[in-house]
Amino acid sequence: MGEIVEINKNDIIPKRDEVFETQGIPQGKTVPKKILSILDEAIGIFLSSSHPAAIIAEVSVPEFDTTYKGEGMNEKETPLDAVFRKADNLALFAATIGEEVSHKINQLFDVNEFALASMLDSVASASADKTGDVLEKHFYDILKSKSKISSSTGILRYSPGYCGWHISGQKKLFELLHPEEIGIQLLSSYLMKPLKSVTGVIVSGDKKIHIFKDSYPFCAHCKSHSCRDRIRNLMHSKKSNI
Amino acid sequence: MDILNDIAKKLEQGNCEMVSQLTKDAVSQKIPPKTILDEGLITGMNVVGQKYKAHEIFLPDVLFAAKAMYAGMDILKPLFLENKVPTRGKIVIGTVMGDLHDIGKNLVTIMLKGAGFEIIDLGNNVSPEQFVEVAKKENASVIGLSTLLTTTMPVMKKVVDIVKDSELAGKIKIIIGGAPVSDEFANQIGAYAYCYDSTSAVETVKKIMVKNGKM
Repeated sequence: MGEIVEINKNDIIPKRDEVFETQGIPQGKTVPKKILSILDEAIGIFLSSSHPAAIIAEVSVPEFDTTYKGEGMNEKETPLDAVFRKADNLALFAATIGEEVSHKINQLFDVNEFALASMLDSVASASADKTGDVLEKHFYDILKSKSKISSSTGILRYSPGYCGWHISGQKKLFELLHPEEIGIQLLSSYLMKPLKSVTGVIVSGDKKIHIFKDSYPFCAHCKSHSCRDRIRNLMHSKKSNI
Repeated sequence: MDILNDIAKKLEQGNCEMVSQLTKDAVSQKIPPKTILDEGLITGMNVVGQKYKAHEIFLPDVLFAAKAMYAGMDILKPLFLENKVPTRGKIVIGTVMGDLHDIGKNLVTIMLKGAGFEIIDLGNNVSPEQFVEVAKKENASVIGLSTLLTTTMPVMKKVVDIVKDSELAGKIKIIIGGAPVSDEFANQIGAYAYCYDSTSAVETVKKIMVKNGKM
């Protein structure tokens, strides 16, 4: 049922700050040339060894309700539970940057190139996340071509394993979307292979539906609270966060 | 000795070639390998760890230094009996069954080796039984468990439970790390400690070894 989406590697090259964030390097800090040089090297390896692929499929609210409920292990109340029921349009997605990058990372560790290996891991994680941005844009374009976008539309993605949506939700998502078509396998621990893969649901609706407080019980265990930035960016964007 | 200070300084700068050359020079000056290891390489790595903890340097700087440390160790290794570098204690480490994420565990391994510990890295997707069997066979003092997934956290508890019911009870400490775990979780499952990052893992292991009289 899914549409396979081509992803250009150049569209998912992460920005310097995005990579450095996962390296624990704060924004605005002066970074030694040696570190900037391994970032360039890591991006070069990423470009030669990544094989991005994605799949997306529109689903109805009732269809997603079944996917969302998954194995019945979600938190009792979650932001997504409230958000998706108010959505105008939903799409399941899965994306990967392929297995070869992970092999390269392991090979670099094996030859004691620790800094480069770790930097490549950060580049790969950030780029896998950026495939989600590309898919949000793709979904926006689909909806726009169908005149389903208005000035108040906001598009954001949510993933199993975050914000109370239990990671076991992957199982139903895989049953409906079939990410195997682009080479993503789901393991019994709900881990995906290739490791650098992402899945979730893209929710399109009034921007306001995406606003929620980070005061759910599980928010206390969250180390990033990245939802705050996501919501802030969406509210301040002129065009549906795209 | 100046040359040992130089080794430590060059290691802090992550200069592999110089650390390697100075280590060779120190050996040719008949400085005992154990002294070069302790007062040159490990001393340098300790400074790197302190600077990282104080946010004076970044993770890649630490990893450049670690590579330099390994370059020095490569020179020293053949000089020790049976190629065995003297260690401050043995740690069995791995990512628990069901999880294939390696990066956090690898960083902890690098830092622990840099601090002079012997690491037996079991890789990822390691069963609870395997952790315990290897720890028993190797007479390890610590088992380090890593995971990035909430679904594999129960495997950590299983390792703790198996150890509790075995002859290793009270003899071996279990430390845990990874994004979904916490101090609270460590207490809940009866692990010895939760380590926030690689430097906290090194500090925790050092404390364990001091208590065990190995340092």
